[in-house]
Amino acid sequence: MTAGWPLWEVFVRARRGLSHTHVGSLHAADATMALRNARDLYPRRSEGVSIWVVPAASITASSPDEKEPFFDPAADKVYRHPTFYEIPDEVEHL
Amino acid sequence: METSPQEQFDALIAADQRIEPRDWMPEGYRKSLIRQIAQHAHSEIIGMQPEGNWITRAPSLRRKAILLAKVQDEAGHGLYLYSAAETLGVNRDELLDALHAGRQRYSSIFNYPTLTWADMGAIGWLVDGAAIVNQVPICRCSYGPYARAMVRICKEESFHQRQGFEILHTLSHGTPEQHAMAQDAVDRWWWPSLMMFGPPDDASPNSAQSMAWKIKRHSNDDLRQRFVDMTVPQAGVLGLTLPDPDLRLNAETGHYEFGEIDWAEFKEILSGNGPCNRQRIERRKAAHAEGAWVREAAVAYANKRKGTAA
Repeated sequence: MTAGWPLWEVFVRARRGLSHTHVGSLHAADATMALRNARDLYPRRSEGVSIWVVPAASITASSPDEKEPFFDPAADKVYRHPTFYEIPDEVEHL
Repeated sequence: METSPQEQFDALIAADQRIEPRDWMPEGYRKSLIRQIAQHAHSEIIGMQPEGNWITRAPSLRRKAILLAKVQDEAGHGLYLYSAAETLGVNRDELLDALHAGRQRYSSIFNYPTLTWADMGAIGWLVDGAAIVNQVPICRCSYGPYARAMVRICKEESFHQRQGFEILHTLSHGTPEQHAMAQDAVDRWWWPSLMMFGPPDDASPNSAQSMAWKIKRHSNDDLRQRFVDMTVPQAGVLGLTLPDPDLRLNAETGHYEFGEIDWAEFKEILSGNGPCNRQRIERRKAAHAEGAWVREAAVAYANKRKGTAA
């Protein structure tokens, strides 16, 4: 079997100027192997210029169960958006 | 007001939103997805065998390099899909065990033998063509990781289908022997390709639930019809015929009508009695066993490095 090979999450930067994006996961015995396997698996058609591999066990994620209390505080602060403010029509470049 | 997890799930499905790995989901939804994604992953991995059969005998270096890249893609597709299945809480070892023990299936199409080089063309054109028709709607499947894996796969399948078409086109316009070889391959792969869409709608018990969950977007018969409508005109361009005397365009509906599919043959293969069922699983198990020492050595090396780093 994969004989206890841990799971790694793979992130690829598609081209310079973009951030790394999660593309999937794979199993590998260590970080070097994870990187090589990711190279063989994900950018087979030049879909990337840089790869990160992260042990899946090292990721701390927010829980979908606490979605509301966790994200709601942002919803009632509409004044954070520029459209909240009333500006006279004749004002330009604002 | 407090909504139950089931209500939240139903609301997401109704709004055409995606379900993600850590969301609550009904046990049946999870099981159904694991079964379908695993079967799909197994098909990609087993599907390497009939084509791998011809790598060393490809007629030119160009064809050989292309076929190698294609078989490597199939491995990649299997890995994307196993990775999607694992987000549902099953691990890869369990999935491989289930394949090896016959508890999970792979597509019946891979139990047919590849007898000539033209079969590489017919598989690319018909089998990958049918797979694309099946898979494109899964890019909109309600389960996020499966849908994302399918987007990657569909992009790559297009190369597979076109390379197959090109092989057949070249053979069909070559010598009379080459043309006959292309025709023979199409004659053998046409009906099994139609079976790839699964049993007719009235005999497909899981379909309704899968459609309600938006795992599946179109019925088996609708997808099969779409494939036939796309493929018949392409056969004309190839200069090859399809082995169905009942095949004809219905001018009123705009669809091609086709003959009765031999579902008895399909059932025989599903129950393990196709031409290559035993061979495929034996080969798969042997490859896995022969690779065991590599997997063990990699772990031993990783552990040793950890020891020295500490």
